[in-house]
Amino acid sequence: MALLGAEVNVGDLVFRGFAALFAVSIVLVLGAMALQMWVAARPSIAHSGWHFVVGRDWDPVRDSFGALPFIYGTVVSSLLALTIAVPISLGVAVFLTEVAPPWLRSPVSFLVELLAAVPSVIYGLWGIFALAPFLRNHLEPLLGKTLGFLPLFQGPHQGFGMLAGGIILAIMITPTISSVSREVLRAVPDNLREGALALGATRWEALRHAILPYARSGIVGAIILGLGRALGETMAITMVIGNRADISASLFAPGYTMASVIANEFTEATGDIYLGALAEIGLLLFAVTLLLNVIARLLVWQVARAPEGARG
Amino acid sequence: MITRRILVQALVCLPLAASIGCAKPDSAGPSGAGSAASPPAGGTVTLNGAGATFPYPLYSKWISEYNKANPNVQVNYQSIGSGGGIRQISAGTVDFGASDAPMTADETQKAPGKLHHIPTTLGAVVITYNVPGLSAPLKLSADAVSGVYLGTIKKWNDPKIAEGNPGASLPDKDIAVVYRSDGSGTTAVFTDYLAKVSSDYKDKVGAGKSVKWPVGLGAKGNEGVTGQVKTTPYTIGYVELAYARQNKLPIAQVKNKGGQFVEPTAESITAAAAGVDVGDTLTASLTDPAGEKAYPIASFTYLLVFEDAKDRTRGQALAKFLWWALHDGQKHAAELDYAPLPDAVIKKTEERLRTLRSGNDKLLPAG
Repeated sequence: MALLGAEVNVGDLVFRGFAALFAVSIVLVLGAMALQMWVAARPSIAHSGWHFVVGRDWDPVRDSFGALPFIYGTVVSSLLALTIAVPISLGVAVFLTEVAPPWLRSPVSFLVELLAAVPSVIYGLWGIFALAPFLRNHLEPLLGKTLGFLPLFQGPHQGFGMLAGGIILAIMITPTISSVSREVLRAVPDNLREGALALGATRWEALRHAILPYARSGIVGAIILGLGRALGETMAITMVIGNRADISASLFAPGYTMASVIANEFTEATGDIYLGALAEIGLLLFAVTLLLNVIARLLVWQVARAPEGARG
Repeated sequence: MITRRILVQALVCLPLAASIGCAKPDSAGPSGAGSAASPPAGGTVTLNGAGATFPYPLYSKWISEYNKANPNVQVNYQSIGSGGGIRQISAGTVDFGASDAPMTADETQKAPGKLHHIPTTLGAVVITYNVPGLSAPLKLSADAVSGVYLGTIKKWNDPKIAEGNPGASLPDKDIAVVYRSDGSGTTAVFTDYLAKVSSDYKDKVGAGKSVKWPVGLGAKGNEGVTGQVKTTPYTIGYVELAYARQNKLPIAQVKNKGGQFVEPTAESITAAAAGVDVGDTLTASLTDPAGEKAYPIASFTYLLVFEDAKDRTRGQALAKFLWWALHDGQKHAAELDYAPLPDAVIKKTEERLRTLRSGNDKLLPAG
């Protein structure tokens, strides 16, 4: 009590204890979930072994389970979504912070954020009744005609498939990426902008060489958030991706994601091996998400250390 | 500074105090629906059930009608799927389960007591399609249906389809096949039918709630299949009858074992069940039955109840509800596009309900 007594008080102690408790509880919940899924997946792990991760055959009738088409579908649809959503979201964010007149900023950003509030089943219905017919009748024939030499754009035009899934996901993650990026760009100090412009840079040059490098790590963080949402999204993509456990190079072909197969089959699954297989897919989804997040973190770390960055 | 510190302490301690405060009344009373405490005579009895989604519209109608006549019995039904229904009743967390497919031997063995299947109503799976320019209902033979879903029939003007539809203008277009991607009783009934009429299908695909379809796109739920069929020309899909009727979808007539093309109606579905022996388990597959009037893709749906009820009051309330459903409840079936049970099945089910007991006490009065 003599020396430190002035510094330590009960409130601080309690506060510190609670904060630590809450922090630990997240880790515990995560650990408990992983453990529970592992226990549930054990019959399947024993039954299928490594074949589960590399096998392409998913046949519940014959208890033959290979999850590769789902892993492929999840990764490809999410990357496709990022490919579409990142340029658009960054465009929106740059427009809102650097280009748009002030009176336009809040209505536009409000509208973009409204996209995030639309329930995913609504996106799915829109996908079935508007997007898929549009893809089948217009976009897929056009892509087939112009870029048909690529295996990506070959095959029959069905509307429902990987392309539809990627586009739906892209629309769903755009508000996440753009609003976080916008906050990051807003946090760039004005004297950087002014300095660049004072040195005779055009607006584009100021953006390219002063503002974006400063905001780079934050923007990558925004993209990771978007990726996380794309990986886990279930309802909307299930409704448009075609739900076929095939691996096809063409984006027109139907696919299947890990989250979708769990949502589709879990309620009616019977038998320990079948249920275990679905739990193991959950475990794999955990692993894939973790892996992609680690890769993205490493990327951020790399970017943050790059010499061009204004921040060390 | 002092006031702020007090404030912080108060804030930090608040959730603690609240949680202690909340814990007290909680620990006083019993928790969980599974506890055996029986309500006092004259009190409200709450029965919990869970399972199949397919009969849900009918069950909720029954529940509200029954509650009007018997205000002291409250029935809750959660449509979580047949698999979930079997799991829940086996775990004893509900008073009754519900399933479209009978329990497997393995599942029966795992249940903690003897479970009975109580058939409640009949449903059908219908084939819907989108063929522009086709006015009369499409007529499909068993070979045509299995060929389309095996991928061996690829075009709408295939001779196997054309032979059932003389005079119809069938287009020279690829058939786009749609199947249910989510595990469902609908798929189980449809694949059961296909496996019966085509040995090729049985060998290559087999029957189940989720199967590995050789062709087509998967859509989630009746609404997903309907959406894809409606928006895509030259598609074919299968949905449950009630759903197809309420959405006014085109419905194909299917050729039965008696050689007739039959439209799915309450009569043709009941006819499918009339000639079937449900045996001692009160379960039977109704697909591809004999009889000229029978629609060939139909099925029972069941409630699952323990023969020996742990709690007498609840068991008795449940037995009475089932009795009511078997008699008064049947007239609601046709209104909602289900088909009533045939008399022979009702007779046998009555006998089964009379065997329900709690310990040594029968729950329903004898004959």
